[in-house]
Amino acid sequence: MGHFEKKSAKTSQDVPTSAMPDVVFMLLIFFMVTTVLREVTLQVQVDFTQAENIEKIEQKRLVSYIYVGPEKLSGNKLGATKIQIDDSIIEDVSAVRQLMYDKLREEPRLIVSLRVHDEAEFGKVTDIQQELREAGTLRINYSTKQEQPGG
Amino acid sequence: MIGKDREREDPEVGGAGMADIAFLLLIFFLLVTTIDVDTGIGLQLPPAPDENQEPPPIKTRNMMKILVNSAGQVMMGTGETQPTPITQVKQKLKDFVTNRGQDPSLSDSPDKAIVSIKTQRETPYKVYINMLDEVMGAYAELRNQASQQQFGVPYGQLDDNSEEKQTVQDTYPKKISIAEPNQ
Repeated sequence: MGHFEKKSAKTSQDVPTSAMPDVVFMLLIFFMVTTVLREVTLQVQVDFTQAENIEKIEQKRLVSYIYVGPEKLSGNKLGATKIQIDDSIIEDVSAVRQLMYDKLREEPRLIVSLRVHDEAEFGKVTDIQQELREAGTLRINYSTKQEQPGG
Repeated sequence: MIGKDREREDPEVGGAGMADIAFLLLIFFLLVTTIDVDTGIGLQLPPAPDENQEPPPIKTRNMMKILVNSAGQVMMGTGETQPTPITQVKQKLKDFVTNRGQDPSLSDSPDKAIVSIKTQRETPYKVYINMLDEVMGAYAELRNQASQQQFGVPYGQLDDNSEEKQTVQDTYPKKISIAEPNQ
């Protein structure tokens, strides 16, 4: 018994911490690389629809979002259905064409993700789709959440 | 005298504070990172219609028309469309694609089968997505079947860009067209 005590007392109790900054820096670099900083502030209400047969978009950098939903007004009220691209509300649907065309020229593999409020009417989406076809951005994605089994 | 003072100073920069700074940055990036993956139903839009070019003729039996009307009802069929409950869309579509010329009102072969989707302005978005989900589900099941039969593995386990995946895709090509909206 005494023998064991003696042995453990001799060993250093300190964990070497000199490599800690390296580990932390590595984690830091990982998070810096994976972070997509720019998130838009939503000016329209979007509740996602759910679907079962969905696919993942692996390359977030290729994605450009179009939000469609009732406009958020002051006092938790909702207005008419509007289209939002980046940070601004688009009043005129035909502006979508030029915006998307410019984006396509920057990124030829562009995927347009349509984030549409689940109770919206499809007419607005049809208009957008027609503009997208004119702009040449043909890869689209209807953003949906995974449907919960039995839900 | 002055030179002596300088010699006494410690020329090393303290490295202990670096870990703290790194931690602070790490916590910042941890907080702002969103790891959630975007999910959705992918679709390829048809290119803009060319006014000088007539659309190629397609036999009625090879085109499954799906119409979602303003009341949220789904109508589907090759000739005349009939009201169809959304739960039956998948089965009807699978019958249509895998007909291989047996039923004269359904498709000749899977690679000729075309799904044409039509909507109206007042169509609820939710119903449209549910319908599209069923259509994608039908193709997913068919491709899975083909993959199991030919290679013995589920479709999802085939490597991207592999020959096997291409073979399965060619067996059941997803030909979904979006009908021109009525003016």
